[in-house]
This record gives sequence, structure tokens and C-alpha cells, in this order.
Amino acid sequence: MNGARRRSKEWVITLPSLAWLGVFFVIPAALVVMTAFRPADLHGGVMSGWTWENIETLRDPAWLPIVWRTLWLSSVTTFACVVLALPMVFQMARSGPRMRQFLLLLVVIPFLSNFLIRIFAWKSLLHPEGMLTKLLVHLHLAPENALLLNNSGAVLLVMIYTQLPFAILPLYAASEKFDFQLLDAARDLGAGPWRSFTKVFAPGVRRGILSAVVMVFVCSLGQYVIPQFVGGASDEMLGNKIQQRVFADRNLPHASALAAVLMAVVLLPMLVVTAWQRFGRREDAA
Amino acid sequence: MDDFLVIDDVRKSFGSLRAVDGVSLSIRQGEAFSLLGPSGCGKTTLLRMLAGFEAPDSGRILIGGNDVTALLPEQRPVNTVFQNYALFPHLSVWENVAFGLRMSRRPREEIRSGVNRMLELTRLSEHSRKRPAQLSGGQRQRVAIARALVNRPQVLLLDEPLAALDLKLRQHMLVELNEIHKQVGTTFIYVTHDQGEAMSLSDRIAVMNAGRVVQVDAPEVLYETPKSSFVATFIGDANFFTGMPVELQHEGYVRVRVEGLGSPLVLGGDFVSSHEPVRIMVRPEKISLTLKRPESGDRVNAFRGVVEDSAYFGTHARYHIRAGEHVVIAQLQRSRFSGGGINPELGAEVWMSFHPDEGRVVRLEDAA
Repeated sequence: MNGARRRSKEWVITLPSLAWLGVFFVIPAALVVMTAFRPADLHGGVMSGWTWENIETLRDPAWLPIVWRTLWLSSVTTFACVVLALPMVFQMARSGPRMRQFLLLLVVIPFLSNFLIRIFAWKSLLHPEGMLTKLLVHLHLAPENALLLNNSGAVLLVMIYTQLPFAILPLYAASEKFDFQLLDAARDLGAGPWRSFTKVFAPGVRRGILSAVVMVFVCSLGQYVIPQFVGGASDEMLGNKIQQRVFADRNLPHASALAAVLMAVVLLPMLVVTAWQRFGRREDAA
Repeated sequence: MDDFLVIDDVRKSFGSLRAVDGVSLSIRQGEAFSLLGPSGCGKTTLLRMLAGFEAPDSGRILIGGNDVTALLPEQRPVNTVFQNYALFPHLSVWENVAFGLRMSRRPREEIRSGVNRMLELTRLSEHSRKRPAQLSGGQRQRVAIARALVNRPQVLLLDEPLAALDLKLRQHMLVELNEIHKQVGTTFIYVTHDQGEAMSLSDRIAVMNAGRVVQVDAPEVLYETPKSSFVATFIGDANFFTGMPVELQHEGYVRVRVEGLGSPLVLGGDFVSSHEPVRIMVRPEKISLTLKRPESGDRVNAFRGVVEDSAYFGTHARYHIRAGEHVVIAQLQRSRFSGGGINPELGAEVWMSFHPDEGRVVRLEDAA
């Protein structure tokens, strides 16, 4: 009785956020999925009635490379971010409180300038006449007429750059809770620094790794600004196609179909991860 | 084999703090040895230097004749049982115990038999598939011991091994640790701030204070003949009286004039010179209380006092007895009070007495 009453109180507290999620996320998402099954008219409007046509067109094999590229770029970004973030958070969690605050500030500072401005900054850095290109050529680290811009390398580089904080923050939260005496124990039992890191630290922050993977992967899948500005013609991702359908082709139903597919691609792995986490937690508690 | 583990003038400072200030010790093979002292005395730093987690600023550490001072923790023939056990939470009991053997890349069959034998010794076989979070405190500690001993270390370091356990379990684990030590015969080095723990676990104890070793002796020697007031108070309780030596007798006895207590006869030790004040120490349980003056002549020290306070502890009772400016603590088992079957009451006038062998002169300078 008491517990039930308390639970009803907890419900009241979550109502505002539930309402927010409902109005600004669930309903729009449902609208997108619905629109995916509407016929489009030639003037950019959405007609009434239902059709499979928008979904049907996605079966065109021409989509495969784009879907594949989107998954590939996102996976590499995710992997690189986690691999780069792990040693960083390891050092952060081991430093003193002041140094820790300072390093955390360094991670957050890029957020103070606009996302687009940072991408334009990269564009000018990587430009054939840009500072970075010139420097690399000067140091003989790049050939004379190196093209660092407008290729998938540039897309990856900038994606990793923008997503890295989203890997660092959840990993940092996890490693703050990590008991560093476990590393002493690992060394004591004959594990060198590398194996202490891989066999004890990495598994110790595995929940943080999981959050980081989901964060970075999901955010990367929807990217369209970065490939548009620093990528080449053959570096388009699903996000770019959606953008073109909306703004260039003015075909909302088709854009919605793409968005719905992307949403499914995002939600499915998250469901799997959540299920796995639940299972893992039950196993830990048993 | 008197010098299996040799610590040779080891020093370590953190900034201006001299954590370990010139410690030298020789520990026998198979010995159960304790580093005992209050927190901040340097015992943990010394242990971390033995394990290899800290490098000494100067001095050497030798194990079985080999200088290990420069070796990393993973290279030393030493394993540690950490204070909070530091078990790997993501691994099962079995995998925790197997960790060390896996790191040294032993053959699969050797790992299996080694781990199983160790789990049997620590009576953990039935828990081998559980995670550390599912175990009780005592079981976790046995995992920590098994995980360390399975590597057949030449020296096992145990950092406050019983501090995380409750009283009942602690008494049980004391017996168990002694049992395990007897079975494996490895050199055990305990670090503890608990004198009771150190006394019942070790063959010898090094009492440390302010980065130095103050006295190294067997538990009973430390208790019965502490060399300084620090050791006397750290191991057990003690009454201290300051006075002037007035008469040096043969066989090391000395008569000391103490204001308000007359001139008790005590054992002198090496610290007596005739014109400097000395401090004498008497354990509370060595003091007898009687209603009448004890009879046996001048080789018993006896003086009068008034019971000011008493506390009952079940196994014993403690009395605070005022004699002039002094408050003497006496500890009795109730059955031994020989005042005609009654207990001393508050305000009662009683006689305190102790044998000359039970009082001794201790070093003055490092009073605790």
C-alpha cells in the first residue's frame, strides 16, 4: 500500500518530462513514420491516402552503398572515439582533483563555439591553401599537391573530432567510479601495464564503453553537415539524402521513408543493447 | 636462514614528510611477521615498497639474497592481500584466483589444478562460479588470499587483512589465517594497527612510529618488556609514573621515588642513570586490589588509594583509583578480588600492590 502510493508519487514527478517526450519526440516520430506511407504531390505537399511506394523505392540497389557507407563511417568513428577516449579518461581519473577539473574543461570547451563554425574551421585547415596542409607539406609529411579536403578521410577526421567528447564524458563518469586499487592488484598478480589496462580497466568501465558506443554511433548515423562541408561527392551519407529529399526535391514522404529506416537502424541496436544490459545486471545480482 | 627478507636502511619521503625514515629489518623464511603502528607511521608505505608500488628513495630490499629494489610489482616474487581485497568484480571467484597464473602464461592444466587446489585449501570450491559481489566478507577475504597464494609467492603481504570484518568473523579468520600460514609455510607479512591482531598472528612484531622501527620482538616480549612508553601504550594499556631513582639494587632492580606513591621497587633495564628522572610502567592487570595492606614484606610495592570510577566489561572490570595526584588504572577479573568476597565500591579505600618484576623503567623520550 505504502509502496504503491510512493510509486504513484514518483509517476507525478516524471509527468513533465514524459509530456515533453510525448509532444516533442513520440508524436513527431509517429508523424514521420506515417508520412512515409503517404503519397507525395508534385508541389511538395503530402496527400491523403496510403501507399507503399516510398518504401518500395528504397529497395533500389543504388541505396546499398549509401547505407553501407553510413554504417561504415559511423562504426569507424565509434571505434576510434572509444579507443582514443579510454586512455584519456584513464589519465583523467588518475590525476588530482584540480588537474581533473582542468582536463574536463578542455573536453567541454569546444562546445562553447558553434558546431558549424568548428566545421568551417576544419574546412579552412584542410584546404589546399590551409594551414594544416601547408604545414604537413612543409614537414614532408604530405606530398606537394596533397588533397586533404573533400574525401572520406576528412569526413572521418572531423566526425571523430566532433564525437570524441561524447565518448569521453560517459567513459569519464564510469572511470570515476572505477576502483584504481584493482590496477595495483593486477600489477601485483603479474599483469604489466598493458594487460592491467585491457584485462581490468576496460572491463571495469564496460558500462561506460557501452554508453559511449551508443552515443557516438547514433549521433554519427544521422550526420549530414560534416560530409556536406568536408566530404566529396562520393561521401554522402543517409542524412544528406534525407536533406536533399526535403529541401531540393521537396518530397516529404520520401524523406520520411528514409528517416524511418534510419530510425529503425538506430533503435534496433539500442534495444539489443538495453536487453543485454538488463540481462547483464540480472546476472550480476543473481 | 635468518635473513630471507632483508630491508636495508630503506627511506621514502613524500614532499617534506619522511614516511619511512631508515628502516632495517631481517625476516626469516616462513616467519609470520607484523608491521604494527598507528596510522601514518609508515607501515603501509613500507608494505607498498615491498610489493613494488613505491620505489624507496634509498636503501635496498632483498628477497632470498636477490636485490628486488628495482623490480616492478609484476616482476617480484611477492603477492599482496589488499585491505579491501581488490577482487576483480567482473570475474568469477575461479577466474579471480586464476588471474595470476594466466598472466604468467602457465599451461592450462597447471592453472586448473592450481586454482582448484587453492580453492579447496580456502574452502571456496562450491563458490567458484560466483562473482565477488555475491560473497560474504569472510569469503571475499579467502578469495583474496587464494588469489595471492596460488602464485606460490616467496613472500605474502597482507594489508590490514581483518580490518573490514566484524568482530566475530575477525576472531574466526585469525584462526584461519594461522591455519593457512601453517599449511603453506610461506613468509607472511602483516600490516596492522590492531595490536591484538598482530599479537595473535605473528611470530615477531616490528612496532613502528613516525617512520622508524621502535622495537622488534616476539609478542610476549613486546608486551612484558616494552622498551619505550610508546610501545607500552601501543601494545596494551599501561600506567606510567615519573620519579627519581634513589637506590640501584643488584640484578637490575631499582628503587624509584614517586611523589605520592612512596618508593616502589622495579626492574631498571638499561635506561637508568642516577640523576635523571625515569618513567616506570605497570600494566593495569598486574595491579592487585585488596582491602587490607598485603603482607609479604618489602619486595611488594603497595600503596593506598580511593576508587574513583569503575567499568565492567564482562571478562574483566577496570577501576580508576586516585592516589594523591595519580590516577591508577587497575584491571581485575572479578573472581580474583580478594577483599573478602566484596567488590571495591566507588569511594572505597583500597590497597594497590604489584610485584617488582611487573614494573619496569621505560624510555622517556618518545612518549605516545
